[in-house]
Amino acid sequence: MVTSITSFGRSGLYDWMVQRVTAVVLLAYTIFMMGYLLFNSDMDYMQWKSLFECTSMRIFTLLALLSMAAHAWIGLWSVTTDYIKPTGLRFVVQAGCGLLTFIYVVWGIQILWGV
Amino acid sequence: MLVSVYRYNPETDDAPYMQDIHIDIPGGKDIMVLDVLHLLKEKDTSLGYRRSCREGVCGSDGMNMNGKNGLACITALSQVVVDDKLVIRPLPGLPVIRDLVVDMSQFYKQYEKIKPFLINDTPAPTMERLQSPEERAELDGLYECILCACCTTACPSFWWNPDKFVGPSGLLQAYRFLADSRDTATRERLAELDDPFSVFRCHGIMNCVNVCPKGLNPTKAIGKIRNMLIQQAT
Repeated sequence: MVTSITSFGRSGLYDWMVQRVTAVVLLAYTIFMMGYLLFNSDMDYMQWKSLFECTSMRIFTLLALLSMAAHAWIGLWSVTTDYIKPTGLRFVVQAGCGLLTFIYVVWGIQILWGV
Repeated sequence: MLVSVYRYNPETDDAPYMQDIHIDIPGGKDIMVLDVLHLLKEKDTSLGYRRSCREGVCGSDGMNMNGKNGLACITALSQVVVDDKLVIRPLPGLPVIRDLVVDMSQFYKQYEKIKPFLINDTPAPTMERLQSPEERAELDGLYECILCACCTTACPSFWWNPDKFVGPSGLLQAYRFLADSRDTATRERLAELDDPFSVFRCHGIMNCVNVCPKGLNPTKAIGKIRNMLIQQAT
């Protein structure tokens, strides 16, 4: 067995499952948003604001945001372990990706609850 | 026909190069690439390549022909030649020892990792461990692998992580023993594969299926290993 301390869940199966489940969540969110925009083409700012004031929409958006973070981390971890061979440089890039992901999540929550 | 062949002799060459040689195909026949290599060898005896059975059984002459891996002995010119030109290179992703001969150590290390032998901790029967025809049929499409390395060296995941990703050939063999009704080490075998590299570095691009000279399907076997891991963990 190959050991790895930087992967998402330390288990290949766990990471694989998380990536599939988060992909389904992101697909559902994308379809919902596209459908909403399609059927509300004359939407104004107040309607957009009221959509995100709704608790269920906030839960759905937060779920999509966290799914995006987990999905992106697993994907970027795979890419960095494939293409960046020097351990030090790979760790720095992975740390950068992790930090950026964390910033996006906090920023996203701030925007969501700042509506 | 113009044949461009990869040449590298570490004792005399600073770097690999492509050697272009014109070959007259006897009688305009549709001969095999291995026959072309024999004709090249007559012109230049220093050319190195592996071959043995010359009928697709031993798996010695795996190489890259016009960009696609395969066995030279069972690949007809009509299958690969484009514009009367044939480019022959060693299998990609493995260190070259000389010309078309590659060092297969890394490939065999991955094969060794999956414990390619039956493990059974129950008392040995007097005669043999019997299988039903249905249990035996589970091994079809798996036991035929000849370890030519065409699939594994066509896989980008193996190119990037040859020391961590088992590769399509090794995983096909891993499933061959997981699927064997006589093997009792299923749990231990699966535990060895549940890391982010050994199995899960396969992204299902199916290069392995595309090049396998025996028509096997490692991607399907990898999917079955994944299903076994899921079933065991849920």
